Amino acid sequence: MKVSFKVNGETRAVDVPGDKPLLWVVREDLGLTGSKFGCGIAQCGACTVHLDGQPIRSCSIPISAIDGKSVTTVEGVSSAAGKAIREAWRELDVVQCGYCQSGQMMSATALLERNPAPSDDDIDSAMAGNLCRCATYHRIRAAIHAAADKLEA
Amino acid sequence: MNKWMSSVIATPRVNRRRFLAASGIGAAGLIVGCAERSETTTDAQTAAEPAVETTDLNAFVRIGNDDSVTVIVKHLDKGQGVTTGLPTIVAEELDADWSQMRTEFAPADAKRYANLLFGIQGTGGSTAMANSWMQLRTAAAAARDLLLRAAAEQWQVPADEVSVESGRIQHAKTGRESGFGALVSAAGKLTPSENPTLKDPSQFKLIGTRQGRMDSNAKTDGSAQFTIDVTRPGMRYASIAHPPKFGAVVSQFDDAAAREVEGVVDVVEIPRGIAVVADSFWTAKKARDLLSIEWDDSNAEQRGTEQLLEDFRELAAADDAPKARDDGDVAAAFQAASQTIEHEFVLPYLAHATMEPMDCIVELGADRCDIWTGSQIQTMDQGAAAAATGLPPSAIHIHTQFAGGSFGRRAVPDSDFVVEAVNIAKATGGAYPVKLIWTRENDMASGRYRPIGVHRVRAAIDEAGRPTAWQHRVVTHSFMVGTPFESTSIVDGIDSSSVEGAANLPYSIDNLRVDLQLARVDVPVLWWRSVGHTHNGWVTEVMIDQLAHTAGEDPVAYRLELLKDHPRHRGVLELAASKAGWSTPAVDGVFRGVAVHESFNSFVAQVAEVRVDDGQLSVERVVAAVDCGIAINPDVIAAQVEGAIGMGLGAFLREAVNLDDGVVREQNFHMYRPLRINEMPKVEVHVVASGEAPTGIGEPGLPPLAPAVTNAIFAATGQLVTTLPLADQLSVA
Repeated sequence: MKVSFKVNGETRAVDVPGDKPLLWVVREDLGLTGSKFGCGIAQCGACTVHLDGQPIRSCSIPISAIDGKSVTTVEGVSSAAGKAIREAWRELDVVQCGYCQSGQMMSATALLERNPAPSDDDIDSAMAGNLCRCATYHRIRAAIHAAADKLEA
Repeated sequence: MNKWMSSVIATPRVNRRRFLAASGIGAAGLIVGCAERSETTTDAQTAAEPAVETTDLNAFVRIGNDDSVTVIVKHLDKGQGVTTGLPTIVAEELDADWSQMRTEFAPADAKRYANLLFGIQGTGGSTAMANSWMQLRTAAAAARDLLLRAAAEQWQVPADEVSVESGRIQHAKTGRESGFGALVSAAGKLTPSENPTLKDPSQFKLIGTRQGRMDSNAKTDGSAQFTIDVTRPGMRYASIAHPPKFGAVVSQFDDAAAREVEGVVDVVEIPRGIAVVADSFWTAKKARDLLSIEWDDSNAEQRGTEQLLEDFRELAAADDAPKARDDGDVAAAFQAASQTIEHEFVLPYLAHATMEPMDCIVELGADRCDIWTGSQIQTMDQGAAAAATGLPPSAIHIHTQFAGGSFGRRAVPDSDFVVEAVNIAKATGGAYPVKLIWTRENDMASGRYRPIGVHRVRAAIDEAGRPTAWQHRVVTHSFMVGTPFESTSIVDGIDSSSVEGAANLPYSIDNLRVDLQLARVDVPVLWWRSVGHTHNGWVTEVMIDQLAHTAGEDPVAYRLELLKDHPRHRGVLELAASKAGWSTPAVDGVFRGVAVHESFNSFVAQVAEVRVDDGQLSVERVVAAVDCGIAINPDVIAAQVEGAIGMGLGAFLREAVNLDDGVVREQNFHMYRPLRINEMPKVEVHVVASGEAPTGIGEPGLPPLAPAVTNAIFAATGQLVTTLPLADQLSVA
């Protein structure tokens, strides 16, 4: 089916099976490979993107549900919160293998966009859907606090 | 497909790099040319820069006329940070500035890029820094010497008056100065010194300090390229159906429904299952799920986990077993003992469960085969692909990619997923490049687990509370059986990877026996982060803690007393205890446990602080102390230990792969549940200052976690956990 939607601010049109998940459309058809495949059942969060500003698991949303909507992937993050998150991730060297980190950053960005000063508990509940097998969680928490401080400053 | 999309697919994002005929350190390669975008780049900015003239001063150091220094990285980076640690060594001896450093993964070439501890090219056993340390220092010092001599010649000044600092070569008397780029072409024409002068460690500027990770930028903007991101012109996607039971084979199959799916290109049978090839991964997977396959289970492993453990217990009770260590007279010592304790420990299968499932791209031509994957043992993958294609190993070109985790999974003696991809390419006649991506279910259910184990340990103390006898029976199955490593790693019935960390128990006990029963099980197993130490670190450190408890002594003091001849164990134990405030009580409701363990020549002690409320465990803080020799980058070391603590805690709490009549129960992350952020304790990592040569840090942070937490739970509740994972044992007790 033909679907038209915004990706990182630009309108894109694709003609793909309607049940093809958004993740595989952005990766295969649009060449945006920052969003990753981890589980295919919305359990790991590696595919997290923003749909109309909300973090969603793109592996489990068919492209047919995206028509006319607006999607932001890690490549297109431009909000103040998103930039602060990316900077903090770099300053604290959060990444190890890095595979899950796009998803982590998208969840963290969404958190800061609605809660500019999250507590550890807020972070834990907002980020619990994102698995990191390298277990970089200690630095993820610290980086979100650092990004929040940056935004406040 | 619109025009824009097809142009994306048609444009090669990855250029095949030229295979440079550079030789080793002993000869300066005179390879000058335009740097293409290589198969892997860790820095997105590098890729966008215009063509740069480069010269290889040796197999590891490439310098561009833009002053960039590219370190050829012979190891896989799966998160452990070799693309930061190895350039640090080079930058140090080269006196380069950190900002000019770049990295590129080496091609598969065991002659130039062997792991010096393996003899073949590969990464594992926490050896990357240890084996590269002198090799890269020497390579960089030789390159530095060439640059200085080139400067002296060009400036007509004595060589010993030329110096270099932060990437600038200078002659103080004449005030002349240059970057590396302007001199590298001339330097490449000189004969390199065979014995370049290395720095005295007191002169180190970068080593021992935090340098930012080289891969942080690319891994935070979506540009870092993993195998799953590689695209080749005309590429097709494959999804595979594996047999549900290990050892089963295809009996017959019906692919009519699969072939009807629009976009399906091929359905092929290969030795490990049925693969569907299509124009998109989604299509391939959807069609794969429509295959109707009848499996022949006659040679398959049919036992469930419970049956396997029962069989293991029988072996644990056997009278005798091959001995890995037999000191003193154990039987007599037990007879004379004042008190004896005995425990049985049970460990589950664990999955590596890397976030990036196994994946591989194969482009097969008549006389060459190109492979893109997170190759961990390049020489094995090269050999396996050669055997599968019938091409010579030299025709197999491996383009190593960043790996989305490994923990041992990508180092497979039979190169399982690589050979699968090659076989799919073969079965489809090499008509197009094939990208095989395993689903999470493929990844969870297709094998290669940390082996299960049953350990029985009996130990005795005398009236003073000192241990006098120790008998440790290990029952497990070996992942060395049936591999090229079997003959060297299993000697007289002892598989060293099954008893590591047990046979070399550091505590002074005069009568000590460690023996091993290897079970025959057809469940494919493999090394899993810290390997045998995941079993033996837990078992031994819980037992020694029980001895301290039985003797009525403090667990730290008791260990220190028995570690008189092991200063590095003592060093980390004392540091962790002191940083955790061991000598002062924890706050109300919080209990501490401790463990210390050596693995891969590194020493780690951890103090865990836990709270148990209504049967609910929370691990609140873990304080770790580490001695891994000279700390090349202390922050990367800390990160590895933090991560190992989190991974170890996930395994302790919940992780297990269970078999029901030979079929894996945990097929995805809703059932196999690694640690999540809400369970991550606060972590402190303290690094012991050391002048010893660097050892590994990818794995050694893991083994002490489970025993430290087990011992803390015992301190809190009096309940001794001897079966992993913990699951709901505390609430049902």
